[in-house]
Order: sequence, then structure tokens, then C-alpha cells
Amino acid sequence: MEPRLQLTGVTKRFTMHLQGGVRLPVVAGVEFAVAAGECVALAGPSGAGKSSVLKMIFGNYRCDAGQILVQHDGEPVDVARADARAILELRRTTVGYVSQFLRAVPRVAAIDVVAEPLLAAGVGREIARARAGDLLARLDVPERLWALPPATFSGGEQQRVNIARGFLPDLPILLLDEPTASLDAANRTIVMDLINEKKKCGTAIASIVHDDDVRAHTADRVIDITRFAANSACSGEVDTGSPIRTCARDVR
Amino acid sequence: MSAPDAPLLLAEGLTKYYGRQLGCRDVSFSLYPGEVLAVVGESGSGKTTLLQLLSTQLLPSAGCVRYRMRDGVTRDLADLSEAERRFLFRTDWGYVHQDAALGLRMNVSAGANVGERLMAVGWRHYGRIRGTAVQWLDRVEIDPDRIDDPPLVYSGGMRQRLQIARNLVTQPRLVFMDEPTGGLDVSVQARLLDLLRGLVTELGLAAVIVTHDLAVARLLSHRIMVMKGGEVIEQGLTDQVLDDPREPYTQLLVSSILPA
Amino acid sequence: MNAPAYNFAYLDEQTKRMIRRAILKAIAIPGYQVPFASREMPMPYGWGTGGVQVTASILGPEDVLKVIDQGSDDTTNAVSIRNFFAKTAGVRTTTHTGEATIIQTRHRIPETPLGEDQVLVFQVPIPEPLRFLEPRETETRRMHALADYGLMHVKLYEDIARHGHIATTYAYPVKVDGRYVMDPSPTPKFDNPKMDDCAALQLFGAGREKRIYAIPPHTKVTSLDFEDHPFEPSRTPKTCALCGADDTFLDEVVTDDKGGRLFVCSDSDYCEQHRAAETTA
Repeated sequence: MEPRLQLTGVTKRFTMHLQGGVRLPVVAGVEFAVAAGECVALAGPSGAGKSSVLKMIFGNYRCDAGQILVQHDGEPVDVARADARAILELRRTTVGYVSQFLRAVPRVAAIDVVAEPLLAAGVGREIARARAGDLLARLDVPERLWALPPATFSGGEQQRVNIARGFLPDLPILLLDEPTASLDAANRTIVMDLINEKKKCGTAIASIVHDDDVRAHTADRVIDITRFAANSACSGEVDTGSPIRTCARDVR
Repeated sequence: MSAPDAPLLLAEGLTKYYGRQLGCRDVSFSLYPGEVLAVVGESGSGKTTLLQLLSTQLLPSAGCVRYRMRDGVTRDLADLSEAERRFLFRTDWGYVHQDAALGLRMNVSAGANVGERLMAVGWRHYGRIRGTAVQWLDRVEIDPDRIDDPPLVYSGGMRQRLQIARNLVTQPRLVFMDEPTGGLDVSVQARLLDLLRGLVTELGLAAVIVTHDLAVARLLSHRIMVMKGGEVIEQGLTDQVLDDPREPYTQLLVSSILPA
Repeated sequence: MNAPAYNFAYLDEQTKRMIRRAILKAIAIPGYQVPFASREMPMPYGWGTGGVQVTASILGPEDVLKVIDQGSDDTTNAVSIRNFFAKTAGVRTTTHTGEATIIQTRHRIPETPLGEDQVLVFQVPIPEPLRFLEPRETETRRMHALADYGLMHVKLYEDIARHGHIATTYAYPVKVDGRYVMDPSPTPKFDNPKMDDCAALQLFGAGREKRIYAIPPHTKVTSLDFEDHPFEPSRTPKTCALCGADDTFLDEVVTDDKGGRLFVCSDSDYCEQHRAAETTA
């Protein structure tokens, strides 16, 4: 049985043109696979390149070398070489991503934020919203908040909306970047349950979790990203976004 | 991948010179149904020239634009007769101007503005024309009670929304937008962007949006094309180009956004 | 008597040929405005020079000419033009619609149905039906060429939105032969149906604007409207005080300064004929 997700020789570096073209190697030769129903956790200190790897799988970051094979409609597709249309298609049908922070469109109600990926997949509006509501309730987001845009929510509430959005559709591959970071113990448990339910459904999951407890309860394997470290010139990865934006701001 | 559907709009080596002055050079891309392409750049980047070339308002110095008509046949737009071009503009295409006054009849009622395209393609039932206009005003969040007011008495944001309604009433497949939120107040912009986003998804519109505002590009588009000095610097998936810019100019552009 | 200095019907023969060519083109493309080199006439613009030039170009010695203005043979302009042709062409003139072979008219179509041996010549001030909606000539020409008449319907829509009905009562735009939109000249909309499938040839001349257009006999002419606001050839719901007709276009005549008024047929000849018929009946 083919692994749902397979990385081979994946290498990434940033070239900072605004800083005289300095090259920031991030990772080199990353190699691992995730099978259906498996949860693989990426571990390593801050800046090791864990988020970058997830973003490369999602097509959000480019990949300088190597292959990222994703099973799509029974065929392997190399995300590293796929064009824009292909990646959009993959995101619609195969690969889901729960980022660290909710990037919410202004003015859209929380329940519609959550329902959106289902709507994009062709599910009817009423059903999508009903399911979104169920998941939000389960994640302890009170109903009075559902009609409000998440921009005014607390960090924890925003993250739970983000999680609901990521977990609602049935995508074969799910990428989780620190899903429990801003949650209390009770909500962490709910998320762990959700992850395990997804695993039982056969979803292949690659996650980044700092909390040892969560990792212990969800990950089948742990991959130490520092194994694939390339030589560093500066701290490389920053949590709030790509190094290009933050380092360049420092220059100014 | 998905079923092999043909591209809706194809630009091949589009080039425009104004005398010796370069407008844009060698722009090529394919746009598929339901895809939104943002063309970003600063003043003088050639993005507006490109939009005008694509919408046949300018003739290219070199290259061509091809469009798949409703009957499925892909035609070189330079081969269309004036009548065909006008018909296309009135039915299958929309063009949203930065200044709403350019895209509206300012002295004619909002209802007539929205109904004009319908009447131009043969609608002859006043009640139905008016009913459709009411529906569209509602959809772009203009109070239908204002249907008989001319856009002269509308605010800037309302005018822009009316322009959108006027363009979408014949259910075009492709919409060109030139800085659709330019000159509007921030809260008005947010509302408009939200509306556009909703409509584009709901109607499965393909769109080419020219903007200097990267936030607009990020919110509305699937793909992005960065232009400078008439050349395409970088193009690709919007979030990829904005989060992992490769070219020096793109990196400069992305890093220049002031944090909110 | 002809003053010896004038050619027959005032215009020189070359000019008449030029105008007749324009007329032939106009007949070949019903409703289409054909430009022509309008000549200086011995009456100013706004006094029917277009109609006069058309009449002059088609007039022959055997023709019988009737001239009316707002339906009447004896207003100043009608008299003046009739005398002009009497003097420069020496043709027989008449006030009886049935007897005329050429009828030149300002702003009305005779009530008596016309026959295939007759020509109706209209005096037209502004030939372009879209002029007040679109001032640019370049643009209106393109609209006609591309049959792009949405703007015309916008105007009708606005009327209904503003007044509850189409407010145009004269110079009501029509579609000729299913193709060109035409201004019928400032005739009341009551007269529009008369243009449809008319046995006579209808010619339109605008001297100041230098355009000629035509409706060949038995051509389909429909007034623009909406399905749910259909065209109505409305008239004042009164009867003629002189002849008792209740189906003609009426003029309102103020009889005293206490508000007294009566309504009489605008078509003076028709009214007279009708009265004569009533007395003999």
C-alpha cells in the first residue's frame, strides 16, 4: 500500500535579496512518509524548519530540490513540481492544512469560515453550516459567537475556529501546525480526540506539536527535523511568517 | 488532474509599445473558468496596459489574446468584428473601473443602470427587468428602495457596488477589475472585497484584477502576477508568491507592507 | 406663373438628382438616415427646408400637391409652401387628401388612409432618435450600425420608473422593418400606427441636419414599448365639435377667457369631408 504522503530529498533555502543575496539554508534532504491512518509528528527546536516542511507539502512554500509525492485520485502527484492549478486542486480534494494562526477574512461569520471548505467541495450550504455548527459546539465555541466574525475572538477561540475549519472536510491528508498551542487542557483533549478520530478514518496526518502530552497521545512516529538541518546563517525560521518579511523589516 | 477543461482566456506574448515607450512585454498566461488572477505592481508597471490589452481596449504591438466563447470555440480576439466585441462586452464580460462614474450612467436611475444590459440583449418586460434589478441591488447590499435614484446621489462605495451589479447582471464568465477598491475608505473597501469574494465564488467567475494592494490580491486571487517596468517579474500561486517570494523585486514589494 | 429665373420647383436638375439618389438609398434601407447635401432654400432652417427639398426633387408637372401644417391647410406655413410650389412649379394644388399625389406635412399624418399612388413627405427637425440620450454623432452612428439600441429602452424604462408610463407623446420612436430605430418626426404618437403597412411611400427630410430617410410602402413599423407596458396610440377622449368624429386627433381651441374650450379635428380636410358626409347621410 503506497504511503499517502512521501518526501524524498526535500531541500529548502531562502535567498534574501534585500540583504545582499544572503542564503539561508533551512532543511536539506528531508525524507519521510506518512501512511493512511498514521500520525507523524515533526519535532525539533524553534527554527529547525518544521513549519517550512509542512508549508512545502501544502504548496505554500516552494521546494528547491527533492520530491513531495501525494496520492491524488490513485496517482502520485509531486507537489514540488505541480503548477498553480494543480496545487489548488490538491488543496480542494486531498490536502488540508491547519495553520498556527487563523487568517480570517474580515466580516465573514465564524460559522461560514468553518463551512467554507465544504462549500468549495460542493456540499450544500445548509448541510455545510449544520456540520460546521456541530464541530464548533464540540470544540466548545458557544453558539452566540457563530454569527460573528472571528477577528474579535480570543486567541483560543480563533484557534478553535481554525481547527474546526481544518477538521470539517474529509481530506485524505491533514497537516497540523501547532493545533493546540493556545488551548487549555480541556480543549487540548478534545483536539486530541479529533486527531485520533481522523486517524481511525484513514487520514494521514503530519503534525507539529510542542506539547509532549499531545504528541504522546496522537503521534505514531516522531521525526526529528534536526536530522535534516542544513548549515545555518541566521536563526532562519520565525513563527509569525516567512523570514523574508521579518528579516527585511529588521534591515529597514 | 481534473477533467481537461480548456482555458477561458489565453494571453500569448502580449506586448505593447507606445511609440518607443514600453507598455508591457511578452506577457503570457492561461486563465481557467473560476480562477482569479491578480496583477500587481506599482505605478508604471504595465498592469493597466495589460488589462486594456486583455479586454481589447488596446491593440497589441505583438502577441495575441484568445478567448473561449460561449459556443466553446476559442477565438483570437483581434479577429472579432466590432459587433461581436461589443456583444461580448455586454454579455460574457464585465469591466469594473476604478472610478465607478466611468462604468455607470450617472444621470440615469440605478434600476436602469442595472437593467440596461438586459434591455440591450432583448429583455422587453419592464416588470421582470425591474425585478431583476431589485434582486441585484439586494445582492450588492444596496437598499432596493434606492432603485430609482441616480448614482449621482450615491456614495463612492455604493457607486462601486452598483457598478458591480451592472456588470454581473448578464452573468458574465470573465470580469476585469481595475483597482476595484481604489479611493474608497478602509471599511468600505473591506465590505466591497468581501462582497467580491462572495460573488466570485458563488458565480464561479474568472477574473483578472489589477491592484497595487497586496492585501486585495491575497484576499481575492488564486494566482498572482507581479509586474515591474512592463515585465512580468514573477507569477504563480498567490499565497506562494506572497509568502515565499523568489525574485528580488517581489521580496521588496512584500516586505514593504506596513504591518496593520 | 413661373418667374423665368427659376427652374421647375426651384432646385436645379443636378441637385434634384443628388436628392433623388439619396431618396433611393433611403428607400433601399428603410429607416436609415442618409446624409445629403442640403441646399440653401428661400426659407430659413426650421421652416421645412428638408421637406421642401424632397418635394421639389420628386415633383412633376402632373402632380397634385397638398401642404399641411399640424393637420391644417390654411396655417401660414402651409399656405406659404403651397404658394412657393405654385409659383416655382406651376403644379395643381389641393386641400383634399384624396386628390393629392404628393402631401407635404409638418407634424401630422392625415386621417384619410393613403393610397399606393401617393407620397407623404414629412418635415423633420431632429432626425436622430437617440440625440437627446447620446449627444455624440460618432456614437449614435455606431449604435445604429450595430443595432445597439439598449439606450433607447433605458429612456423608456426611466419614463415608467418616473411617471408610471412611457411619457413620450410625440416623436415616439419606432422600429422600421425590424432593423433601424427611427424618429417619425414630431407627429403625435396617435399617428404612429398609420405608418405601419402604409400603402403610400413615406419620405422624411431634415434640411438643417441634412438627412433623408424613408419608409417604403407596406413596411412593418412598430412603436417601441415593453411587453407589460404596450404602446397605446392615445388621444383626447372627446369628439370633434364640428363633425362629431370620435376617432381623430383633436386640437383644443380656447374660445373665451373664462376657460371655455372646444375640441376640433386637427385634420381640417378630414373634418370638412366628414361634415359633408354627415349632412348628405
